[in-house]
Amino acid sequence: MRSRHRLSPAWYFLAPALSAIAVFFFLPVAASVLLSLTDFDIYAIASRANLRIVGGANYAHLLHDPLFWIALRNTVYFVVVAGPLSVAVSLAAALLLSAKLVRFKGVFRTIFFLPVVATLVVVAVVWRYVYHPRFGLLNHGLGALGIGPIDWLGDPRWALPAIILMAVWKNFGFNMVIFIAGLQGIPERLYEAASIDGAPPWQQFRHVTLPMLAPTFAFVALMTLIGYFQLFAEPYVMTQGGPAHSTLSIVLLMYQEGFRWWNMGYAAAVAFTLFAILLLLTLVSWRLRARQTGSALAVGTGR
Amino acid sequence: MKRALRALAVHLPLALGAGLTLLPLLWMVSASLMPTGEATALPPRLWPSTVTFEHYAALFTRLNLARALANSAVLAAAVTGISLLLNSMAGYAFAKFVFRGRDQVFRGLLAALVIPGQVAMLPLFLLLKEMGCINTYWGVIIPGMASIFGIFLVRQYALSIPDSLLDAARIDGAGEFRIYWSLVIPACLPILVTLAIFTFMGTWNDFLWPLIVLTDSDRYTLPVAVANLVGEHVQDTELIMAGAVLTVLPVIVLFVALQRYYIAGILSGALKE
Repeated sequence: MRSRHRLSPAWYFLAPALSAIAVFFFLPVAASVLLSLTDFDIYAIASRANLRIVGGANYAHLLHDPLFWIALRNTVYFVVVAGPLSVAVSLAAALLLSAKLVRFKGVFRTIFFLPVVATLVVVAVVWRYVYHPRFGLLNHGLGALGIGPIDWLGDPRWALPAIILMAVWKNFGFNMVIFIAGLQGIPERLYEAASIDGAPPWQQFRHVTLPMLAPTFAFVALMTLIGYFQLFAEPYVMTQGGPAHSTLSIVLLMYQEGFRWWNMGYAAAVAFTLFAILLLLTLVSWRLRARQTGSALAVGTGR
Repeated sequence: MKRALRALAVHLPLALGAGLTLLPLLWMVSASLMPTGEATALPPRLWPSTVTFEHYAALFTRLNLARALANSAVLAAAVTGISLLLNSMAGYAFAKFVFRGRDQVFRGLLAALVIPGQVAMLPLFLLLKEMGCINTYWGVIIPGMASIFGIFLVRQYALSIPDSLLDAARIDGAGEFRIYWSLVIPACLPILVTLAIFTFMGTWNDFLWPLIVLTDSDRYTLPVAVANLVGEHVQDTELIMAGAVLTVLPVIVLFVALQRYYIAGILSGALKE
């Protein structure tokens, strides 16, 4: 007989997953706060006796570390340029694919989606060769148009734009699929009504499509920003953060400090700063669409 | 006539976009089949003069990428299997049981989705080091055993299982685990397939964590092995492209075969409950 006082069987089903998440996610996140308040370094890995509490010193150091500001500036540059560009390309592709007279819709959609599933690091390796100043396809193609060779990954002015171009190529298919679903959700009668009122196509786009897509936009924009703030693999394989730190990102800085130099206390402070930025972004975006009360979920970004 | 023009106006940019999207991937395949040195010939070639598989052979004989392939397959399969079991159990419990604290715990989990994984990485590394899991398969498997997003996906889907079905089974005397295994799992199959594809591809494609945890080249997964290959053989373009194809091809095949489930999963994550 089941009694009221017995533990609900639900907990047997929950226990494995919840304990795994508690021990291997929540515990490390909490420990990360503490870690960021210590001078945990390679000596502390050897013996915990070398560990000291330093309070906010890591964060103070962060504010005076030129590398951190460079990483922050590069990451923001990447997010601010690649984000809107990706969303625009996604929307354009979705609009084209949603046109009624398109044939082979499925084939086009699959092709546009292939870069999304392709392994990021490996794709970055391929693009490294595409960007090669002498042998690369890109300069060869540009040469045919009369544009001189550009040292894409070797020139500090071009390295980040090159990574942005690759990121747009890699990611636009993901948001495209979400936009297609959003476009399908717009009732046909709205367009019919607009046509009857004599609105030309671009006005229909401006006054029917865009407003109706607003919720999709909000979701896509937030997901893209969060994903792009975590830029890592592209600069890691393509440029190692160079030349002249022009592609150093926040996560790459965290990786280098934490796992190359073993300054784990400092790296934890870098990670927390990233978290603070993402949290702020999420809260601001929730505020902006507070009137839309559906569950504003930040799903995993897959990066 | 006007209709034909309109069709052209839509299909021309689509075809151009598809061409540009495919170009780097096609070049990767093409270069992997070129004789040594041809991928860096001037002017650049799009097609191999003669098709050769020598670079693939080199990957498996000289360079031990067979080991990386096996590592990737074993790890992706293990993480997928374990996380599917754990996430589906938890997702089912959140959807179909009434118990104290359910909504608070579930809401807490959802709120934690805003925490980026990198925040946990440094202490997680130290924890796994204490457990002796660094440079072992477990170092990759353990953090992937359960995921909040996976629990969420299953929970949303399991909400639609009728309570009457579960209650009927209870009246017939079926145990709780039996009900989960022979009623809930089959009912949730579509979302489990979706989750399996996500998890498998996510683990297969992951780079940062395996790079941190796996220190010995015998343990490398394919992405880490290929990144490492670039460090050692950067001049051997054709060889590296063969390694790239070996890594990317399985996920692309998997996606093309099961894209219906994959896309459905993205949309159920994107749409509001």
